[in-house]
Amino acid sequence: MIGRGLRAFGAFWYGFIVGDDWRVAVGVVIALTLTYVVSRTGGPPAWSIIVAAVALLLVSSLRQATRPPPSTHPPGLTHPCR
Amino acid sequence: MGNSTLFIAVFLACAVEAVEALTIVIAAGVARGWRSALTGALAGLATLMVVVAALGPAISAIPIDALRLVVGALLLIFGLQWLRKAILRASGHKARHDETLAFQAALAAARHADPRRRGTVVDWYAFTLSFEGVVLEGLEVVFIALSVGSNQHNVALAAGAALAAVLVVAAAGLLVRAPLSRVPENTLKFVVGVMLTAFGMYWGAEGAGAHWPGEDLALLVLIPAVGLYALVLVALLRYRARRGSGSTTDSGVGSHGTGHP
Repeated sequence: MIGRGLRAFGAFWYGFIVGDDWRVAVGVVIALTLTYVVSRTGGPPAWSIIVAAVALLLVSSLRQATRPPPSTHPPGLTHPCR
Repeated sequence: MGNSTLFIAVFLACAVEAVEALTIVIAAGVARGWRSALTGALAGLATLMVVVAALGPAISAIPIDALRLVVGALLLIFGLQWLRKAILRASGHKARHDETLAFQAALAAARHADPRRRGTVVDWYAFTLSFEGVVLEGLEVVFIALSVGSNQHNVALAAGAALAAVLVVAAAGLLVRAPLSRVPENTLKFVVGVMLTAFGMYWGAEGAGAHWPGEDLALLVLIPAVGLYALVLVALLRYRARRGSGSTTDSGVGSHGTGHP
């Protein structure tokens, strides 16, 4: 009972914060970590990392969402009706 | 960032969620009776106020750099999710949110549920439907208003924007007594997605130690730049869909998740 409640609680917050594409959340965390490191060590302007990350993450997430579903037939096999 | 930008961002985000919550409350009221539906909606609003009262002071106590980093990261994740869905909808890869359809679905489900009384609540189904609708749609707005407001040291203005949006939507709902299907919800979600992404980029990077050229003025470049980029992506996806090489289905319904926004 408690386990189910905890799982539902965790699932709610996962859906609320992370949403449909977990790669976006992971990408944001990585980009901000890189920004922190670059801002401490010097080098290129640290804000440019976030700009590049947002541009790439959005494109990659949209690609993922619009990718055709994988074929149900193994490559090389023809459809059984043909 | 000017106070007007803060007000507009919170007002629009709150209005969009309030329209969706209103659809659920009206469906519960029409199908099951207004008493339990309105009691559920008021209980939901009271719960949100408790969350604000608990989270508000806690958020204000966090050091500003840590707050900007955490809140910036969360806003950026939220913003990118809103923007992603808005782009998919605008390019025809995902069905547009339709309040009339959402209303019909909620109405049909509410009409088939068994009536059950609990304590002073006459119809428990109508109560919980309204309560959940208000709490779930409102939670995101509470978070956005609190985080944007505390980052700008103006929680009162953010709360005022949220309250104004709820009042405007509730008044419109009372007038038409139907879901607000004429509100350009998909366009509003696109605008909110752009603004949340831009705020998230700005605060997240500042919290991580970066310094934007022009400081606050950078937001005046970031917001239109993110918007323009999103519009270019919409155009590219539409072009790809027309060429028949990019889309999975005509509408893509159900293939891109069902969560918020």
